[in-house]
Amino acid sequence: MTNPGGLRSSFARIFLRSLSRINSGRVSSSRGRTLPKHRSISIAAYASMASAVGTRRAWSREVLRRIRRGGARRASRRTSEFPVGRKGRKEPGNGKKLKKEAGDGNEGSSIQGMRKKLRRLVPGGEGMEFHRLLAETAHYIKCLKTQVGVMRSIADYYTPV
Amino acid sequence: MSSRRSRRQSASSGITDDQIADLVSRLQQLLPEIRSRRSDKVSAAMVLQETCSYIRSLHREVDDLSERLSELLATSDNAQAAIIRSLLTQ
Repeated sequence: MTNPGGLRSSFARIFLRSLSRINSGRVSSSRGRTLPKHRSISIAAYASMASAVGTRRAWSREVLRRIRRGGARRASRRTSEFPVGRKGRKEPGNGKKLKKEAGDGNEGSSIQGMRKKLRRLVPGGEGMEFHRLLAETAHYIKCLKTQVGVMRSIADYYTPV
Repeated sequence: MSSRRSRRQSASSGITDDQIADLVSRLQQLLPEIRSRRSDKVSAAMVLQETCSYIRSLHREVDDLSERLSELLATSDNAQAAIIRSLLTQ
């Protein structure tokens, strides 16, 4: 299993570097458009976590891929479900069609609906087998919790008492 | 399509329902709401649903914290970032 202490430090290190870059205005937007600061920070958070995890997880590979492709501009207009966003593919439409076709009724429609939602929420979850999606989800949640914890610590530190 | 394919592949690659149930119960351990309940009282659909809402709420927290940080950082300098770095990487 991953060493949460190590992950926390790696993430904190990378994220703080990004924060000081953003703060000093040295972040260039490759999209040619300036992002609002909080958007840069939230993207930096996901990117730092994905960097800390590296390429050993499908979801972190997917996040790094999306950021390099620069989907951030669409991300700010897409749903808040995953801020780093997709390249505008009509996934909900495909999903609805798939759901109607795969109505075998083995597991009940509620699980089908949840699986579809989970696939959309977890980066890279679209093409996976279900058991792998579950494992990726567990790791993704663990990392998100670490990310939120570090961000909260930083925010608390800076909050004037 | 993908879910049907995964079921066929599951049969051929030997991923049993037990293994899936095990993964679902492990997910359940991570969820703050239903961690304490026994797995036979919580259906897989409920675990998946809680998982989806939990991920969404974590995303919202990241956004909220990003807003907070963007306001707070406007007034600090880089020296403090170095201090925090040393605090967090002990």
